[in-house]
Amino acid sequence: MADASTQVVILGAGHAGGSAAAFLRQYGFDGPITLVGDEPIAPYQRPPLSKAWLKGEANADDLMLKDESWYAENNCRLLLGVTGAAIDRAGKTVTLSTGETVPYDVLVIATGARARKLTIAGADLEGVLELRTAADAEKLKAAIGPGRRLAVVGGGYVGLEAAASGRALGAEVVIVERESRCLARVACEPLSTFFQDYHRQHGVVFELAAGVEAFEGERGHITGVRLTGGRVIACDAVLVGVGAMPNEEIAREAGLPCDNGVLVDLEARTSDPSIFAIGDVTHRPLPLYERTHRLESVPNALEQAKLVASAIAGRPLPAAEVPWFWSDQYDLKLQIAGLPFEADTIVVRGEPASAKFAVFHLKGELLQSVEAVNAAPEFMMGKQLIARRTPISRERLADPAVSMKEVAA
Amino acid sequence: MAKIKYVEHDGTEHDVDVKPGMSVMEGAIRNNVPGIDADCGGACACATCHVYVDEAWRDKTGTPSAMEESMLDFAENVEPNSRLSCQIKVTDELDGLTVRMPESQH
Repeated sequence: MADASTQVVILGAGHAGGSAAAFLRQYGFDGPITLVGDEPIAPYQRPPLSKAWLKGEANADDLMLKDESWYAENNCRLLLGVTGAAIDRAGKTVTLSTGETVPYDVLVIATGARARKLTIAGADLEGVLELRTAADAEKLKAAIGPGRRLAVVGGGYVGLEAAASGRALGAEVVIVERESRCLARVACEPLSTFFQDYHRQHGVVFELAAGVEAFEGERGHITGVRLTGGRVIACDAVLVGVGAMPNEEIAREAGLPCDNGVLVDLEARTSDPSIFAIGDVTHRPLPLYERTHRLESVPNALEQAKLVASAIAGRPLPAAEVPWFWSDQYDLKLQIAGLPFEADTIVVRGEPASAKFAVFHLKGELLQSVEAVNAAPEFMMGKQLIARRTPISRERLADPAVSMKEVAA
Repeated sequence: MAKIKYVEHDGTEHDVDVKPGMSVMEGAIRNNVPGIDADCGGACACATCHVYVDEAWRDKTGTPSAMEESMLDFAENVEPNSRLSCQIKVTDELDGLTVRMPESQH
């Protein structure tokens, strides 16, 4: 176990990095912690940026992971507006963007992911927005008042949530999606269809199977999105939500193996025993599925923050969790547990038209994942069934008259 | 400020002043009280902020919504006084509230 002379440096002060610092203290680690964040504010929750915060239902203070005073009170040196520039693994130091060199005994890379950018004409126009940070969200919020026209490029979760919030604030919203359905990479077809219908009922317009050729502008500000074929969607702002890329450069330059994320083991350790990596930046093992994957989610960030804090503080590692996600749009709560790797059968339980249903993905008789819309029992029980890895009856699963507890019995 | 007593499963007590408007969950997280995970940050999406509300306070903390009830129904070690602490808003009325934590949130 690490002792009070062990110096921990955490690069990245997002949900993963901030939580790792908090768990270290909660688990009794009392050595000095340096927490380095590139944003100007202390660690905060990102999920509300596209939901409650965007709609004005939560303020900036509500988003903070800890009170500002927590860091000083807990011997955690919080450096804001600072990034790591280079890691010297032999000397066990990190050079920061300020020029300062910080020694470490244990280094935690929690540098997260950044929004993928479109390399098309007009991408640098004013009003071309992305949504990762509180600063991004401020710009988006300013752009989506009543009657304003928001174009969203990319029908993923960020785009759909921003669209729902935009509609709630009275903006006109058009979603431009390259694939023939929204959520194409992250959800099944019945779910995509349901969400498209629901968004349309709330006034969102979809341009599906539509490529984006360029952003058009006047006097440096966006005026429209030009689709392949030439048609232009007029807008006052465009949100580009086409995925994220891991901020793995500092790890790769230090010689740590990376492949769409920093490669880590079951305790979130990299190939260097003194260096861990957690959160969106990692490519991690998923023991339940016997494979590796890069996850972008708060539950993943928290799970790995607990793993690293346990490893440093000398606590037994917590059991592997079933990956899960959630999304709030309008009055819909989508909860997803597991990932549909190698799934061969889809079972729909309940009626999508009732806005209360779940889609189960099975590989043979094993449950791989569940996508639940306003269906907490299906999500909660499904998550447990995924972890259990025992065969279940798809006939009973498909019958809403058989309760989820009976399905699992 | 409302004083809230959080009691860990092993009996460790934490007396914390919580600002009205925050949830009982936020009061614990902001003050680093262990035993409440709150993975989803208060979206009623994860059931990892499960607490037992002291009997004397059950009326004042209100009744759970349908969503909260169905989430709780599938949590571990649920009792009649179980609540998701992210769904209990702190008011001056709750000054003196005691909540206890289950053995585990996962």
